[in-house]
Amino acid sequence: MASRKIWLWLSGAAVIVLFLPLLIKNSFLLGIFIVIGLYSIVSQGLGLLMGYAGQVSFGQAAFYGLGAYTAAILATRYQTPPLLCLLAAPFLPALVALIIGRPILRLREHYLVLATLGIGILVFALFKEFSDLTGGPSGLTGIPYLAIGHLVFDSDRDYFFLVWCVLGLVLLGMANLTRSPVGRVFRAIHSSEKAAEAVGISTASLKLQAFVVSAFLAGIAGALYSFWVTFISPSPFGFTTSVEFALMVVVGGLGTLWGPVLGSGIIVGLDKFLQWAVPEVLPTVGGEFEIIFFGVIFVIIMLFRPKGLLLPEKSIVAVAAKTEDR
Amino acid sequence: MLKRSFILGLGLLLLLVLITGCGKSATTSKEPGGEPAGAPSKEAYKIGAVVDISGPGSSLGEPENNTLQMLVDELNAKGGIDGHPVELTILDNKSNETEAVLAAKKLIEQNVLAIIGCSQSGTSLAMVDTITKSQVPMVSMAASAKIVTTAAGEQQPWVFKTAQSDIIVANKIAKYLVGKGIKDVAFLSMNNAFGDSGLLNFEKAAADNGINILIKQKFEATDTDMTAQLTKVKASKAKATVVWAIPPSASIVTKNFRSLGINMPLIHTHGIGNQTFIDLAGADANGVIAPMGKLVVAEQLPDTDAQKQVLLDYLSDYQAKYTKRPSTFGGHGYDAFQLTVKAIEQAGPDRAKIREALEQITGYAGISGVFNLSAKDHNGLGDDSMVMVEIKDGKWTYLSN
Amino acid sequence: MGIESQYIQYLISGFTLGSIYALIALALVVTFNITGVFNLAIGEFVTIGALTAVSLREAGCPILFAYILAVMLAGLVGALMERTTIHPARKASVLTLIIITIGVSIALRGAALLIWKTHPYTLPSFVNTASINLLGAVIIPQSLFVLGLAVVAVGFLLVFFDFTFFGKAVRAAMMNRTAAQLVGINPGRLSMFAFTFGSIIAALSGIFITPITAATYDMGFTLGLKGFVAAILGGVTNVTGAIIGGLLLGVIEAFAAGTLSTGLKDAIAMIVMIIVLLTRPTGILGDR
Repeated sequence: MASRKIWLWLSGAAVIVLFLPLLIKNSFLLGIFIVIGLYSIVSQGLGLLMGYAGQVSFGQAAFYGLGAYTAAILATRYQTPPLLCLLAAPFLPALVALIIGRPILRLREHYLVLATLGIGILVFALFKEFSDLTGGPSGLTGIPYLAIGHLVFDSDRDYFFLVWCVLGLVLLGMANLTRSPVGRVFRAIHSSEKAAEAVGISTASLKLQAFVVSAFLAGIAGALYSFWVTFISPSPFGFTTSVEFALMVVVGGLGTLWGPVLGSGIIVGLDKFLQWAVPEVLPTVGGEFEIIFFGVIFVIIMLFRPKGLLLPEKSIVAVAAKTEDR
Repeated sequence: MLKRSFILGLGLLLLLVLITGCGKSATTSKEPGGEPAGAPSKEAYKIGAVVDISGPGSSLGEPENNTLQMLVDELNAKGGIDGHPVELTILDNKSNETEAVLAAKKLIEQNVLAIIGCSQSGTSLAMVDTITKSQVPMVSMAASAKIVTTAAGEQQPWVFKTAQSDIIVANKIAKYLVGKGIKDVAFLSMNNAFGDSGLLNFEKAAADNGINILIKQKFEATDTDMTAQLTKVKASKAKATVVWAIPPSASIVTKNFRSLGINMPLIHTHGIGNQTFIDLAGADANGVIAPMGKLVVAEQLPDTDAQKQVLLDYLSDYQAKYTKRPSTFGGHGYDAFQLTVKAIEQAGPDRAKIREALEQITGYAGISGVFNLSAKDHNGLGDDSMVMVEIKDGKWTYLSN
Repeated sequence: MGIESQYIQYLISGFTLGSIYALIALALVVTFNITGVFNLAIGEFVTIGALTAVSLREAGCPILFAYILAVMLAGLVGALMERTTIHPARKASVLTLIIITIGVSIALRGAALLIWKTHPYTLPSFVNTASINLLGAVIIPQSLFVLGLAVVAVGFLLVFFDFTFFGKAVRAAMMNRTAAQLVGINPGRLSMFAFTFGSIIAALSGIFITPITAATYDMGFTLGLKGFVAAILGGVTNVTGAIIGGLLLGVIEAFAAGTLSTGLKDAIAMIVMIIVLLTRPTGILGDR
């Protein structure tokens, strides 16, 4: 069971979350928080894979998209009640992850990066190609609102609660997992896969489990996205989004519980912040400067806080200054 | 542990402050530079715009952005709408659908009377739910008929658009082919929403006009070579080729087409309606035929044309300010702005009344065509909004309507 | 056009495409082998080379001069990138370095957008001859130049590695960094050389391919990606492999587009890459 500390944090967070929409009636801000919430769900899953199991995936957007499309297609073409769609949707990406996971996860480092990247692009191409099913590049319109019984989620305020409740459950689950024996095993794999295997841990099956869980969570977030915007097309599920997810996990702090949430907040918030700040400082320039700053800031974060902002690790710049070889 | 929590707390707090800060400030984005003449005490009318200024849609968004800014400055120099200065807030959605949704929400929070946007069909569609829920009139600058039509086939009550529907383009091409006695064609399109809509509409137009599409091929927007697809076209029995694309791929297809020595008419669409297409394709562009908004051949139109004066004025104003010629996409922005302003003039600062006023605009000669809006038609353009042009000696030449 | 001519045409377009990919793969492979870093920003150097050349030409620079200056600029940016972002992070994890190169690519793309906007640009073909007819298929002369550049680049590298002192030093460092350091080879300088060289090749390829395709601020992204796939196919440890991988990828794409469907060609390229990664990760020409 999660420690008291976690419960304290979660209760505190829950209070903030509950009161936020009462303070912020601003639909724009609610929208931002919904997006942060959705991305946090995805990056929590990715965080499990990257932070704890020590693997990399630059293809999470594929699972995010598979969840979104499954929910949307079931709801529009097969007239399935939205709630059922939401519950069923994550199983497809999870299944896909199960099938391709075992061979893919045998790869290491650069090769794993490229393989997951390849999967992301492959799935994206398929979204565009099978237009009879997915609506192709023009997308699917007319996705109905999510409804649980008589409660219809058609306002941003309701959706905010929904998304953050789901996120809360995910965080609770993660907290439990990482403090359990399974979590310790994950961390063992992260530190040294060889050592873990030497003591008899089946790293392959555990890595696969982490991969499947990450796909499942991404699928849930995708389905939630579908029912919020009520229109989906392949473009939110491409390579750029996959990269953003990876960035969220790394920037926030690999292997921490709150890291992915912070990372999501930063990536989304940074974008909006730059949208506001850049014209203030340099009034005559356009949106291009925001993009430049975005890239530069990531480089700086990676140079000085490579394990993410939540872990006060010595920066790699300092480490490199010493003459020890790796 | 404490340090970690501290950083976390600080981070979240900072985030909240930043977002709240930027959320509240209504003057964040590009404001019109012009000083409103006349009574400064009249309350400003706020209009919002979400444009694909950066990202893949920027070749559409940039001229639209320029046009909108130019028009609002001109309007405010004349005193605004009935003496009310107009405050236009333009947001860049980076050609990203999620950003478009958030931008719409931001503008709605700032109490805009209407939202112009977006440049592309995908980003426009993403905003529809948001503006409908908040009951804000939206005028899109994109082409897809899906933007203004619900799944049930009705017109979206709050959404309008100024770009010609693809069916008009398709019909014009089909009629041209029939006029030349061509029955068998090859069809190439971009593998994106623009190309797909073209395919769908051309299939309809072809069926209606007795034309057979012998072969259909697609290519990606980022492809650098289309000879593989064109090889199949060359090998087929098609007597003309229709290409539904925008530069640079439209130009690459054209160059590949010529270098393969394929001997048949090459017909493009309004997607190539700017100088870039000709610049990139060079001499290979000569002989290309396309239906186009009247802007590219404005000077060659007969003086009796209802749009001629509006077109010429737009051309000279835009060139005076930005030194280059505006494209038809800029024209979509022009029309969106003018229609919105007309509706506000009629209805005052009331979103629902503006919506009604929009539906009542008829006979308005704009850049994209003569608009006749109604409750059943939120686009208001017909076949007469486009003319057939041919590229001769590197210049657009008016063929016929 | 008979079926054989069609297939020959696919082969030729495949080679045209493929030589573009091959050049980028070459830049990647050289950098990777010397520094162990996959430079995900490589595509942006293609953009820098192409667009700088365009601007210089528009400003009135004579063609050859413009091209040389553009390449030099790209090389400089590459060296700068190495010094400011890679060198300080040289002890970092693979993931960190990958993200750093991604950050750099985002920043460079933003800069390109700022300077050149979204407008596509073109350069004139090197020679103004008509297309060449071969067995019923057509070759664009410029594509021969692209292929030629790839061949020359590989030739240069092979000569460099086998016959020059510096080249042998580089090969030594590639095989064993510590030992190389012990005999006085400076790994920091090697790293800078690798990045500079990689960006020069990338910039050159940008200039060579622009007469065929066009140059836009975001051309680097897809090209860089395809370059990666090509490098994997051919074997990231092998310079010749990069060329083979590139040509192979181009041919696969051309045939997929011609015989199946364009939408699937990206999917097929990815599937091929994944299969290669799973079965023979060192690529076709790499050592086991």
